[in-house]
Amino acid sequence: MRAADAFIKALEMEGVEVIFGIPGGAILEIYDALYDSNIKHITTRHEQGATHAADGYARASGKVGVVFATSGPGATNTVTGIANAYMDSSPIVVFTGQVARSLIGNDAFQEADITGITMPITKHNYLVTDPKSLLRIVKEAFHIASTGRPGPVLVDIPKDVSQSDIEFDYPSKVELMGYKPKYEGHPMQIKKAAELIMKSERPIILAGGGVRISNAQKELTELAEAIPAFVVTTLMGKGSISEYHPLCLGFVGMHGSKYANYALSESDLVIAVGCRFSDRTTGNAALFAPNAKIIHIDIDPAEIGKNVRVDIPIVGDAKRILAQLKKYIQYKQRKEWEEKIKEWREKFPLRYRKDGFKPQFVVEKVCEFFPDAIVTTEVGQNQMWAAQFFKVKYPRQFISSGGLGTMGFGFPAAMGAKVACPDKDVIDIAGDGSFMMNIQELATCVHYEIPVKVFILNNGYLGMVRQWQQLFYRERYSATCIGCEKISYEKIARGFGAMGITVEKPSEVEDALKIVKENSDVPAVVDFRVDFDANVLPMVPPGKSLKDIIEVD
Amino acid sequence: MKFTIAVLVENKPGVLARVASLFRRRGFNIESLTVGTTEREDLSRMTIVVNGDERVLEQVTKQLNKLIEVIKVSDVSRDSVERELCLIRVNSPPEKRGEIIELTNIFRGRIVDVAKDSFIVEITGDEDKINAFIELMKVYGIKEVARTGKVAMVRGGKNGK
Ligand SMILES: Cc1ncc(C[n+]2csc(CCOP(=O)(O)OP(=O)(O)O)c2C)c(N)n1
Ligand SMILES: [Mg+2]
Repeated sequence: MRAADAFIKALEMEGVEVIFGIPGGAILEIYDALYDSNIKHITTRHEQGATHAADGYARASGKVGVVFATSGPGATNTVTGIANAYMDSSPIVVFTGQVARSLIGNDAFQEADITGITMPITKHNYLVTDPKSLLRIVKEAFHIASTGRPGPVLVDIPKDVSQSDIEFDYPSKVELMGYKPKYEGHPMQIKKAAELIMKSERPIILAGGGVRISNAQKELTELAEAIPAFVVTTLMGKGSISEYHPLCLGFVGMHGSKYANYALSESDLVIAVGCRFSDRTTGNAALFAPNAKIIHIDIDPAEIGKNVRVDIPIVGDAKRILAQLKKYIQYKQRKEWEEKIKEWREKFPLRYRKDGFKPQFVVEKVCEFFPDAIVTTEVGQNQMWAAQFFKVKYPRQFISSGGLGTMGFGFPAAMGAKVACPDKDVIDIAGDGSFMMNIQELATCVHYEIPVKVFILNNGYLGMVRQWQQLFYRERYSATCIGCEKISYEKIARGFGAMGITVEKPSEVEDALKIVKENSDVPAVVDFRVDFDANVLPMVPPGKSLKDIIEVD
Repeated sequence: MKFTIAVLVENKPGVLARVASLFRRRGFNIESLTVGTTEREDLSRMTIVVNGDERVLEQVTKQLNKLIEVIKVSDVSRDSVERELCLIRVNSPPEKRGEIIELTNIFRGRIVDVAKDSFIVEITGDEDKINAFIELMKVYGIKEVARTGKVAMVRGGKNGK
């Protein structure tokens, strides 16, 4: 059987339903084989778009996202998307065409050493040098991407490999000597953790993206209720518990609420679940929760003790560990701590100035109109306002580029999420700068009828950078004004064949959202021309403790 | 501080690049690195000497373990036999030859090449021994030194693996 046909058959056996990609010379054989398959292919307009779409698909569905790209520039265009998936532990498999084996190393036309390039940003990668190993590698790629701490895997397939003739014997299991993820937490460690929890007077749960990956929302919520403990989340952890739950204090860190940051800082026990203590979450790590003991539950042993000291590490799958932990817990009321948090919550609510046309107001309205929608974000102020003011109900509802902070992620990711969840509304809360970075995917959305909604918080600036210049660089606004007077996103959207709306003032917001809601089956772009000078507050300046907060004046 | 770690890896192309890439990316400092085959055809063993504190050792070990092709990482800094091989080309004017041969014998080395006015001396041992010998040879004028880097194995019958 032609290797390309065997390869597509292998993808079918892996349950692949959709592939995002762009064809080209080195991967032609594989595209030819795809022609006979029922697997859906979405031709994006840029390979970065394909990779983010696969990532968004993976985050929304929990399944592996699949990308095809040709050799050379096709492959290198996937690099940002791969790095993004790597930082946020998202399971994608990227298949790239490569020049024929006899040409590798000769600087042949469209040759790029993509396995070399992606080595530090993939969980693992392969160059298929022997056609007989192709199917085993496909099996391993899906296994590695989706198990343990998930992540991107790249498989580079030379053209003559896909043209060669092989037997179809797809392996039923993988044998990897050096890869055996650990799922069960150590029972002694779990017991010790429970003892600490029972002793604690001010416990708090810090939930990260690992809770979503492990599908542990139920277990986390039940543990929080059993203790009871308040829950704060990282940006990636939004949705680990419903943000409407009384124990949920929302997200913490650089732009978290003051009460959430206070609660975390004043606690005597942090129960961290599936998070990696990034600097955006901890503030100055040396000053992080100074009086607290730390329990750290994570599937990746390398995360334990990497950024902060840990008292009780538990390596394994969050879902199983949380369920076991709960068995040892007896309910114990902690009146003083509850009062304290109640007081902070009342005293320091998230707020913003209501004059003019504020982006925060738009996000609040979006949340009101689309409370059940999947929300992706771009990067910058838009992302932080979305995180602050869009209250998430369920896991996998909030999708954002956390680790890499990739402008241009949100829109293609929304496209992927909509493909994964066609029955849900999917919204990209965007910035004008970020949206422009992958705006070409509007063509994809229109062509394949993927009705994603893009809500641009258009401030005419690289707003987050402008904010840092205002606060830390004496208002020297170097290179951050991108202007909005002459660009009409409404016309651009229409030019692509999508719906376009411009909103100039707060009183028009509801009408615009109503129209979008009524036209749920068309891709739409709404240009909210908000105040250019709104800032994301509160803010913990970089390098400061979580208690050093700049507030709304 | 210095640590010596033994890393058992699958014997496949690209594994060395992966390990080296990891050290570079995470900012770990390699003092020396050797690779060779083992008792099993499908496995290679790397011996890596790393500069850093306990925290660095812990991260190095954990990050290496995350590589799919790494099978086992062990700290062989203590209770182990360590050996390195070194070739030294040293000036050997006729009147000094006797001295050099004598010193080489004391260090259980061997003269492996003799030219008109220089020797190549081969010497094995732990780092200190080789350093000491090189110091002594400096008097005669060293022209070239090639060291293999260290290999190590835990003493006392227990499998270092
Ligand atoms: C690809 C990329 N380039 C540069 C940056 C640096 N950066 C972070 S936020 C930001 C501004 C984003 O502007 P916009 O999308 O308009 O969002 P706003 O902050 O105005 O809401 C920039 C340039 C980045 N995160 N990603
Ligand atoms: Mg902007």
